[in-house]
Amino acid sequence: MTTSTTMSRSTGYRFSWIGMIGFAIILFWAIIAFLAPHIIPYPVGEIVDEDYFGPMSSKLLLGSDYLGRDMLSRIIMGARYTVGISLAAVCLACFSGAALGMAAAVIGGWFDTVLSRFLDALNSIPSKLSGLVVAAAVGSSLPVLIIMLGVIYIPGAYRFARSLAVNVNTMDYITVARTRGEGIPYVVFSEILPNIIGPLLADFGIRFVFIVLLLSGLSFLGLGVQPPYADWGALVHENIGGLPFGAPAVIVPSLAIASLTISVNLLIDNLPKKIRDRSA
Amino acid sequence: MANLVEIRDLKVEAKTDSGRRIEIIKGIDLDIAPGEIVALIGESGSGKTTIALTIMGYARPGCRISGGSVTVAGKDMVALSERQRANVRGLEVSYVPQSAAAAFNPSKRIIDQVIEVTRIHQLMPPAEAREKAVSLFRALSLPDPDGIGNRYPHQVSGGQLQRLAAAMALISDPKLVIFDEPTTALDVTTQIEVLRAFKAVMKKSGIAGVYVSHDLAVVAQIADRIVVLRGGEVQEVAGTNEILADAKHPYTRELLSAFEPKPRGESIVAALERKPLLQVNGLIAGYGPVQPDGLPLVKAVQEASLSLERGRNLGIIGESGCGKSTLARSIAGILPASAGQLTLDGRELAPSARQRSREQLRELQIVFQHADTSLNPAKSIEEILGRPLKFYHGMKGKARDTRIDELMDMVRLPKALRSRTPAELSGGQKQRVNFARALAAEPKLIVCDEITSALDTVVAAAVIDLLKEMQRELSLSYIFISHDLSVVEAICDEIVVMYNGRKVEEITPAISKVPQHPYSKLLFSSVPKLDPSWLDRLERDPELVKTYVQG
Repeated sequence: MTTSTTMSRSTGYRFSWIGMIGFAIILFWAIIAFLAPHIIPYPVGEIVDEDYFGPMSSKLLLGSDYLGRDMLSRIIMGARYTVGISLAAVCLACFSGAALGMAAAVIGGWFDTVLSRFLDALNSIPSKLSGLVVAAAVGSSLPVLIIMLGVIYIPGAYRFARSLAVNVNTMDYITVARTRGEGIPYVVFSEILPNIIGPLLADFGIRFVFIVLLLSGLSFLGLGVQPPYADWGALVHENIGGLPFGAPAVIVPSLAIASLTISVNLLIDNLPKKIRDRSA
Repeated sequence: MANLVEIRDLKVEAKTDSGRRIEIIKGIDLDIAPGEIVALIGESGSGKTTIALTIMGYARPGCRISGGSVTVAGKDMVALSERQRANVRGLEVSYVPQSAAAAFNPSKRIIDQVIEVTRIHQLMPPAEAREKAVSLFRALSLPDPDGIGNRYPHQVSGGQLQRLAAAMALISDPKLVIFDEPTTALDVTTQIEVLRAFKAVMKKSGIAGVYVSHDLAVVAQIADRIVVLRGGEVQEVAGTNEILADAKHPYTRELLSAFEPKPRGESIVAALERKPLLQVNGLIAGYGPVQPDGLPLVKAVQEASLSLERGRNLGIIGESGCGKSTLARSIAGILPASAGQLTLDGRELAPSARQRSREQLRELQIVFQHADTSLNPAKSIEEILGRPLKFYHGMKGKARDTRIDELMDMVRLPKALRSRTPAELSGGQKQRVNFARALAAEPKLIVCDEITSALDTVVAAAVIDLLKEMQRELSLSYIFISHDLSVVEAICDEIVVMYNGRKVEEITPAISKVPQHPYSKLLFSSVPKLDPSWLDRLERDPELVKTYVQG
């Protein structure tokens, strides 16, 4: 990988080109999602094309959908839902999962046992199935989607953080902190967290991808984001009829999902590495 | 007669993270005659193991032999192909690693691993190899030579495993054996048996040896010639007797002087009033489920009683498994004692650190052996030292900054290290930070658990000097736990000898240096001396050895 790496002497970190490409694509989607209402060429609900599943043209850059709405605008607005919901859900899953996991490792005993067994039980329910059940039971709204996706991924984040924290917890500096009389919050956030933050961030990225895919899957089944709003998964679902015509309306949202998930993976596989030998 | 090994202008370089190349061996010349034992001695990082490995044509990952030649029995190991080197390894040159426990595969019987070399090089049929292995076991004075090979590695003791590793190296009748710190991980009483066995076998079979060690006294017993290394360069080469009697190089003298017993000033002790600081009464601590009598299943410490006066130091010595670290941990409240009383400065201490007041925790600090694991690698030195200041003394901002500088001054660390992380410090520097963190609490008593064991002799001596100085300035007391008698003697007013969880004797060096209890006698007499004939002259009571040594 020596050919794909570059060095930054000033920051003391080594970046890889592949990671930079991934980061650029993520940044691109983040900006799109943030600025969406200001850059869409047409309102998302407006029918602008007489034909449905229209091809790419200079007027409609990505063609039109099954009702003749502008596909580019819908994808730009869809980015808000896909990126926004997934990000909120992954934050919920990873922050609470990691905090619980580290606390369980430090406190140990019955707290650890009860929490672990409970989350194992939660983990044993297939994620799509529990998504379907919740959506059927309480209906699908944005807050419900975020909480549901978050809760589904808490056990994984918990397990991961706990296994890392258990190793760090055996170190002498934790014993030193405890004999100093430090409380649990200090040990968790000040002594353990800085040592496992790297793997936790990588886990955050992976879980983000899982959630994007699960959200897209739910939306494709019609249980995710409800019309008139649409995320990318819902866009694929509502335009599936365009598949025989090779319409861009079904291909482009699929590509959008792929580009986001793959670039997140590229980034977390190529996070900047710290250069230990700084005297060079 | 031609030399067996001729190393000429050997250079080894390593590549760092940023792609920079550093020369770690800077042009070494070394000859080894057949049957001669040459010792490579130096501190960690001096390149002693790297040189020893090049004799097998091997450089560790990230390193590369960049120049010179290493000729073993007429073959230049540097120029050979990897396949040709494999033919030499194990057959003509073999290797005994520092940790035999890590070198044996725990899932295979010992005998199969010992004779593996004969199978790889197709030297002899397995049955013959087994017979030869048994005769080697006998020569290395292992107990039950016929049966020991059928055991698994975890079923023999550390000292036995080290000798079995030597048998593995010797089975192919090599011309040269490389010993890489083979006794460093062993207890002193065990070390003697292993050294004797090595010496006898090597002399009998006329095999040449390279003995890598940092311990001059051990090397003096076994080597014909000593090569002193520092920073990848040879400082001095001479016969063992010459080095010991008449060292030319200043660095060699420094190494030798670390062995001289240091006078312990009986100064401040008398001036201070003799008030008991810490009292331990009938302390029992251990591991495992609690039994009906309220005591743990495995009692690592049994009814230990100690008393320490303010401004004085107590040493606790004993070999691995004697319970000395458990005792330290229960005094510090990490492992709550199951029975017994602890009193610090007249007030009773709760068994568990959680139940002790913050003030009590501040007064009693513990410093661990491994600075690597006791300093958080994710924090800067500043943060590490700053935390106890804020936690115990509520210091903030400028006051804390000034105090951190003072602490670093006290333990003689340059201020430039403030923003560094522990990984960027040397072993001695890390141990100073470790100690400074305990000082930051302004304690009355510091429990030092083997704090010099992981350090090089010269560095350890400097740390001990620092401890004494701090005691003079801050009127501290130490409980000093070690397996190294010379370290304990240098600093302690009282020495407690522990064996098998019990306190067997208490010695006051100022009054009498001669131990009375048979185990203490055995332990004290087992510490290697710089005299090369010490091992041969040492006589030990076989009954005593049988009782107390598991080696």
